[in-house]
Amino acid sequence: MITLASVHKSFGPKRVLRGVDLTAQKGESVVIIGGSGTGKSVLLKCILGLIRPDDGVITVNGQDVTRADRDEFLARFGMLFQGGALFDSMTVWQNVAFRLLRGAQKRPKAEAREIAVEKLRRVGLTPDVADLYPSELSGGMQKRVGLARAIAATPEIIFFDEPTTGLDPIMSGVINELIREIVVEMGVTAMTITHDMSSVRAIADKVAMLHDGVIKWHGPVAEMDTAEDPYLRQFISGSAHGPIEAVR
Amino acid sequence: MTALLFPFAAVGRTTLALLAEIGRVTLYAGRTLGHILRPPFYPSALVSQLIFIGWLSLPVVGLTALFTGGALALQIFAGGSRFNAEAVVPQIVAIGIVRELGPVLGGLMVAGRVSAAIAAEIGTMKVTEQIDALVTLSTNPMKYLTVPRVLAATISLPILVAVGDIIGIFGGYIVSTTQLGFNQAVYLDNTVDFLETWDVTSGLIKGAVFGFIVALMGCYHGMASGRGARGVGRATTNAVVSASILILAANYLLTGLFFSA
Repeated sequence: MITLASVHKSFGPKRVLRGVDLTAQKGESVVIIGGSGTGKSVLLKCILGLIRPDDGVITVNGQDVTRADRDEFLARFGMLFQGGALFDSMTVWQNVAFRLLRGAQKRPKAEAREIAVEKLRRVGLTPDVADLYPSELSGGMQKRVGLARAIAATPEIIFFDEPTTGLDPIMSGVINELIREIVVEMGVTAMTITHDMSSVRAIADKVAMLHDGVIKWHGPVAEMDTAEDPYLRQFISGSAHGPIEAVR
Repeated sequence: MTALLFPFAAVGRTTLALLAEIGRVTLYAGRTLGHILRPPFYPSALVSQLIFIGWLSLPVVGLTALFTGGALALQIFAGGSRFNAEAVVPQIVAIGIVRELGPVLGGLMVAGRVSAAIAAEIGTMKVTEQIDALVTLSTNPMKYLTVPRVLAATISLPILVAVGDIIGIFGGYIVSTTQLGFNQAVYLDNTVDFLETWDVTSGLIKGAVFGFIVALMGCYHGMASGRGARGVGRATTNAVVSASILILAANYLLTGLFFSA
């Protein structure tokens, strides 16, 4: 279970997070929505310990993330980055098996490759992709490789940062379906940030809307369309009129 | 009155920024040294950096040394002829190359090639979130990216300097024996007899220090890179400029330390 209590983060004079409270139960898929620059990525990075919050407490399974043993803590996580963040000096299989080739989870090279090929197959890629470099892949294939890397070491928690950004609608649908399947199949806790409402409907069990540094609304995805919250309503409808200021 | 203070305020701001930067670089260097000694180690990353920094810099360093040795021989011959001291060409070429020009020019050429490449690579990794990805994959970027590069450059540079010394002296030898009328055997005898072990060793120590500087500046500026193409471009420029200046400053300090009476 991931719990955030009154998390604050500022960058200079800019107060990005102003007291975020949020909980993701074990095995639950929580999607955080919100406009660009509202601090969604900062929130995920705070949970991962990539950014230290100024105030507040973040716990994962009851353990304060700032006091946990870093390697042990991060071994529980998998993350799909917005741009894939694949290592371009390595082949696809070396990217997927990165964690299995070094550190505490190190395996023999042949076994690591076998696992990588299996994970690639799971995300719909054929074994011949394994020896290509990331630059030789399309955007959709790179996302799939990033997804394979995120699940390669069988994590307990997976974060998805804008998983469908830059993809066409059909490929977005494929990635959304894959994410949903994998989350259910592995029983992991998932936290996704996105502004793509089709992703929200495909991936989420629960939805949280981040605006102005706080969670304005949160609840089950089934209640999202009937919720009265004006911020959520404006965001779902994509209207330029409402409490969220739209710069024209 | 306030307008009159503007120049002083600007000088103050620049001084404070410079001191802060020196502090950050010193801390980064200290952290790098600390990580060199603590596991985990990444030997395969070290080997690939030895190849990139050491092996692939050989042509650049070799050609620089060859032409520098030749030009040095011509200059010393021309200068020495003003007071009938043309015969000292082998000795001055040898000492000039092994003590100063070999390590300094080798360091500067590697700074141009390697610092820029390291800063651009790490800077791009930063802006494309690959550094964040490393962290989420339980890998410390300092250990995985900085330590292998700094170690590889510190090991490679003295070897490159040694090779550059030999090629530089050979360049002087070729010019002196083909254009300036020196006897081949006498030239070599004079070179070997004149050089002392410390002349060569001091140059190799300088090479190791310059190698540390070159890789450290590349990694530091890459890690501190701003966003986008402009940020990476600026990091690359800063890496080369700061590495070059630090090499020249360190050379002066080391020369003073090694050779002042």
